[in-house]
Amino acid sequence: MNTNKNVTLIVVIVAGVFLAIRAANGEFGRVYTKTETVEFTKKVRDAVGDSVQPWTVERLVARSEVNDAQGQPRPDVHLSINRTLGLWIAAFGTLCIMSFLIGDNVFYKLAEAVIVGASAAYAMVVGFWTGIIQNLFGKLIPDTMRNSVLPGLPDENNAELVYIVPLILSVMMLWRLAPVGGWISRWPLAFFIGATAGIRLVEYLDADFVQQISSSIIPLIVVAGDGSIDFAASLKNSLIIVSILTCLVYFFFSFEHTGVVGATARVGIWVLMITFGAGFGMTVMGRIALITDRFSFLFFDWLWLPKPGVDT
Amino acid sequence: MGNFFTNLDRRWIFLGMAVVVAIPMLQGLSFPEEPSEMVRDVFKAVDELPDGSNILMAYDYDPATKGELEPMAATFTRHCAKKKHKLYFITLWPAAVPMLRQNIDILENEFGNDYTYGENYVNLGFRPGSEGVIKVVVTDLKDLFANDVNGEALQDIPMTRNIKNIQQMDLIVNVSAGTPGAKEWVQYAASKYQIKMVAGVTGVGAPALYPYVPNQLTGLLGAIKAAAEYEQAVSEAYPEFNDNPATKEALRRMGPQLIAHLYIVALIILGNVIHFTEKKRGVPR
Repeated sequence: MNTNKNVTLIVVIVAGVFLAIRAANGEFGRVYTKTETVEFTKKVRDAVGDSVQPWTVERLVARSEVNDAQGQPRPDVHLSINRTLGLWIAAFGTLCIMSFLIGDNVFYKLAEAVIVGASAAYAMVVGFWTGIIQNLFGKLIPDTMRNSVLPGLPDENNAELVYIVPLILSVMMLWRLAPVGGWISRWPLAFFIGATAGIRLVEYLDADFVQQISSSIIPLIVVAGDGSIDFAASLKNSLIIVSILTCLVYFFFSFEHTGVVGATARVGIWVLMITFGAGFGMTVMGRIALITDRFSFLFFDWLWLPKPGVDT
Repeated sequence: MGNFFTNLDRRWIFLGMAVVVAIPMLQGLSFPEEPSEMVRDVFKAVDELPDGSNILMAYDYDPATKGELEPMAATFTRHCAKKKHKLYFITLWPAAVPMLRQNIDILENEFGNDYTYGENYVNLGFRPGSEGVIKVVVTDLKDLFANDVNGEALQDIPMTRNIKNIQQMDLIVNVSAGTPGAKEWVQYAASKYQIKMVAGVTGVGAPALYPYVPNQLTGLLGAIKAAAEYEQAVSEAYPEFNDNPATKEALRRMGPQLIAHLYIVALIILGNVIHFTEKKRGVPR
């Protein structure tokens, strides 16, 4: 039996035994909610009349609040089948993604495809309602939108015909899907790339060049309020200046990196390496934070293990 | 022994990582945190504003980075609510809409008596356009956000009625997982229009943003460590938060962090020892 099967077997056995114990000893993997009524805004009620009915939303209820102080189920709290199903799908998806650590497999591929598909669909739907409906048609044909899907659109909003330009550009962009005239889509693309590059250049020059130079002009010897020298601040400022200058020398290729220039460049390499090391350390911290979050979900939200500091 | 480690399958390392993260988490291992100077600057930026100040809560993160950023976003929300600031939630990420909802749930569940929608907080939701959105709202908020996330006109909402643009904000609080995010808010709003801003970012993104501190960013929270320190600072200033276990989420996650880091450090040392020992012996690679 190879290592792959060993690790898989151990993980599956441990997980299986654990789930069996949890199932035998208590509840887990359920979501409880309570129903709350939401009223339409006064403006909508005034506009539509008394025919408009309030709607309801389901609010999550913490596990500890499902029962009252006497241990009896609270009457306003009920098991949410939809969300319980969602919880199990989320747990299954998490385990599927984690299974990639053992090796590429069909469960990982399934979860990956679901994530890509769901993310794309979600972004498309949100983009449609916010970008196309609210920002484009809400400006072009505000009256129609107000009377159909955007009842809250301000009454004083009039049609802004300039928005025909982005509408035309959008249609041109989608023209690449047409059997002929695919080249038409290059024109709006050229416009977007040019405009974006222009806008970003200006902001970069200001925030990341001019103001960064300004921020680097700092005193090497910092004098405290009482007239004494603040050695810590002086050292910090000096270190910043030395780091900047040595890094700049490292990226200065007009002179051969020998002698003084070479020595300075080597210091610059050290500064860069320390920076990359710090970045790597921060990345590791971020990745562990993510695995902690997923474990927290599996252990406490799904398996209902006692959460230290919360349930104990 | 060296041969054993050289041929060790990487999956045992993964399994070891799972164990060193799971055990401290289940045991509730945590350590006291001392807020750093940077975290104290972030705390002061929120805390020293007069009660009821306008704060733009720009939360640009999605479920993929929730584990790292949610604790600091929640602490920002609680801290601002404690100060009774007026909160304007906004996002440049489509997948962040549920994240905004989670933070609004905090306001409704924990500050429900003091916080009323439309008077103390408003959810502007998402608009497509990335940094283009910032460029517009910094001069004309209602040009892009005619309505809030519920479709109600900003003109009809008391706290947005007189807001022309986000230059009227006393502070921008940004929690960012990437692009568009903190960098864009600095470039297009904070730096250009001298709007005070603090940010909380992922560990991956933090090193690129530190140069903005302190002139273009008042303070920066980098990764879960800074989130834990910020939780500590808020708990010290407002002890009533200690009764709510949800305010300690980042602090709880620092126990597994420490053990996992020790595990990685041990592996790096072990790997180097094996490497140099084999090199000394002249073992061919």
